[in-house]
Amino acid sequence: MQNINKEKRTLVDASRLIIESMARAGADAFIGYPITPANLLYQYGSQRMPLMLAAPDEITTLQWMAGLAAAGKVPITATSFPGYALMIESVNMAYMMELPMVIILVQRLGPATGTATCGAQGDLSLLRGNISGGHPMPVFSTSSFADCWTLSAKAVKTAVELRTPVVLLTSKEEVMTTKSFDLATLPEIEPVERKYYDLKCDGKYKSYKATGLVPDFLPVTQNKHQVRINASTHDKEGILQHSNDEAMANTQRLEDKIRHKLYDYIEYEYHESKGAEKLVVSFGITAAAAKDAIKKLEQQGKKVSLLIPKTLVPAPEVYIEIMESYNTVVVVEENINNQFSDMLYGIRKPANHRFVGSLGKMITPQQIIEEVQA
Amino acid sequence: MTTAFLNTDALPYCKGCGHDLIARHTTKALDKLNYDPLDVIMVTDIGCHGIIDKCLNTHTVHGLHGRSVALGAGISFGNMDPNKKIVVFIGDGGTTIGLQHILEAARLNLNMTVVVHNNYLYGMTGGQSSGLTPQGFNTTTSAEGNPFSGYDLCALTHAAGAAYTGRIMGIGDISDKLAEVFALKGFSLIEVLEICPSYGVKLNPRRKLQEIVEKSGKPLGDWTQEREPFEAHQGKKTDDLLSRLPIVKKAFNSYLKKPLSLVVSGSAGEGVQLAAGLISKAALISGLHVTQKGSYPVTVGVGFSTAEINLSNEHIRFHGINVPDMAIITSADGLAHNRKKIEAMKEGMLIIDSSLTAPQTEAEVIQHDFRALGARNAAIFSVFFFALKTGIISTEAIFKVIENEGKTEKLPLAKIKEALSVI
Ligand SMILES: Cc1ncc(C[n+]2csc(CCOP(=O)(O)OP(=O)(O)O)c2C)c(N)n1
Ligand code: SF4
Ligand SMILES: [Mg+2]
Repeated sequence: MQNINKEKRTLVDASRLIIESMARAGADAFIGYPITPANLLYQYGSQRMPLMLAAPDEITTLQWMAGLAAAGKVPITATSFPGYALMIESVNMAYMMELPMVIILVQRLGPATGTATCGAQGDLSLLRGNISGGHPMPVFSTSSFADCWTLSAKAVKTAVELRTPVVLLTSKEEVMTTKSFDLATLPEIEPVERKYYDLKCDGKYKSYKATGLVPDFLPVTQNKHQVRINASTHDKEGILQHSNDEAMANTQRLEDKIRHKLYDYIEYEYHESKGAEKLVVSFGITAAAAKDAIKKLEQQGKKVSLLIPKTLVPAPEVYIEIMESYNTVVVVEENINNQFSDMLYGIRKPANHRFVGSLGKMITPQQIIEEVQA
Repeated sequence: MTTAFLNTDALPYCKGCGHDLIARHTTKALDKLNYDPLDVIMVTDIGCHGIIDKCLNTHTVHGLHGRSVALGAGISFGNMDPNKKIVVFIGDGGTTIGLQHILEAARLNLNMTVVVHNNYLYGMTGGQSSGLTPQGFNTTTSAEGNPFSGYDLCALTHAAGAAYTGRIMGIGDISDKLAEVFALKGFSLIEVLEICPSYGVKLNPRRKLQEIVEKSGKPLGDWTQEREPFEAHQGKKTDDLLSRLPIVKKAFNSYLKKPLSLVVSGSAGEGVQLAAGLISKAALISGLHVTQKGSYPVTVGVGFSTAEINLSNEHIRFHGINVPDMAIITSADGLAHNRKKIEAMKEGMLIIDSSLTAPQTEAEVIQHDFRALGARNAAIFSVFFFALKTGIISTEAIFKVIENEGKTEKLPLAKIKEALSVI
């Protein structure tokens, strides 16, 4: 329990926590294009980041970010689906080039422009497959103000350490809501340590040669070693190739890098209630309602466990392992097609799985309680 | 033969391709300017011209079709060393799809040079027409001659603010011209005209480049303007977004018994969000947990303005409000936006302006003339009224918040106090 004298109670919104956290973790440039519900993030980003640039559109946003990343910066941006849709080809480029950056994706109601000021959780299906080839790109989902602090820093760290674009997935309801909050509960954030290829090495630097799975980085603004950055299929040197063995091994490495390395970056909350036969699975904004539901059920003497996945892509097997240990699993997310289960199981969802979804309305604790008890 | 900049003599183009000349003279020009190859960052687009990377001893960055100017711009933003040279190779096709990026880089006058390989068609994909294809020029997609004229890229780029724009023929030794352009500060773009032997020459037999250029109506030339190159103007920065948030201690009492969800709604421009903020802040200094969010139409200046507030003695997780425990309505807009919610209330309290007809509801209805102090003060007044009626927060706490925020002068507090005294 927090010592009351050390408390630092204030009103804060999640946008502020996210940007401050990323800045402390080492993000140093914010590139923005306005879109509701990401505008607060843009405002704070421009106040806080050492470099702020107003891009003329979201394709430019991502391209500028990639250029900055090639020059050694750690850029971030914030957008919502319409902007993200424009970014996707460039996100693929950054993924292929292995450039670090974070995109804060604030979900709103779609399709298309949909409703700018209405929350949703409809973008997971897109994110799990938005890299051509189906290669995974890390997606972290925040489910509380505390997550907005720790996962935001983690997103920056992951982007830098794995040399990849990372999506921090949030929602209108999270980043545009103000809450009373005790700032003293926020843990310190260590800035991410940037490791570069050792300039003193005599051998030839190859931009995509990796001893582990992540190649050593060098910015294009140094002049000791030649850097070749390439969004087309390329070999270790970064030279365009059609599909030779070396180039295919490089593309394979991109897949392996995220799949294997992300094991160090798996984040989830598992509130196991001993002897419970039912499990509620929920993430993002809906996890708050799930927590309330579990608490109410507990007060009624009913045991229900709760799983809150936070590393959404690539989904670790542990989620399935946990889910398989229950008789009944209720998955709750604010869409009408159960994108989380779809990602894990495809069209054949286990028979003991139930789904609570919603369109254009936050899912309430009561809805979850009803499904758990049904 | 290799040079300081080229690692091979065999460039990867079809025989006779104008791209060959541009690549050789670009590297020759950089050589003439005594650049160390590793002080040069070559950004290449997707297209035939872009496959030059592997032959270059510079840094090479090979991006997407049409986006290379924006990618180069990003590098330019991130580069602090004025001795570096950023050169972008792009085609007429890349220019067409990514025109905005060129105009933007020109507008900002970023330090970089764009070399446009204008062969009047999309070479790599089979010779289709681009936005720079001149009228009457045959391409695979306009066998009877392109019906439209092409963009005047130089005019556009010049108008956007480029320090230098120029159009030259891709014939003979163009290295001196390129060196001259590379040496300039700010944004420069040079459009080099050529014909693609594989499609352009084949589809336009017996036509000479000279004649095509003349007929295109786009003159050769240089266009310059005196402008300072880009410098980041970053304004005032905060070094910490949290340090200036007001930290509050509990200083007032609250008579809140159980969690309360509250909707405050009125018309845009009538201080609804400010009023709701007073409740939240007063609740905070009364030791309560609070959530607050706003809701308004996309055009924030008209129609309804609603704030949703949750108050509790405990940590609040779920902050959505389907049916509120209480509603404060100060105008017809606010009523219209919340009518369904109010009708669904089975208990609780509706505080509503006396000019409005309360909807059918099982909540206790309390009416008061909030608009008596003027429309702009209706919401603020209603908040004090709410405090007085419920005791969930005290009017003293609200006054304290107003004082803390230095708003005492801005609000008609004397009038509010007087109005409250008769309630
Ligand atoms: C987004 C996108 N659309 C289309 C393409 C296909 N594409 C590849 S090269 C090219 C045309 C290149 O033409 P240009 O820029 O004039 O270069 P050239 O080949 O003539 O040198 C196109 C359309 C692509 N790579 N990306
Ligand atoms: S297709 Fe045309 S533009 Fe491409 S290399 Fe061959 S001649 Fe040059
Ligand atoms: Mg072309």
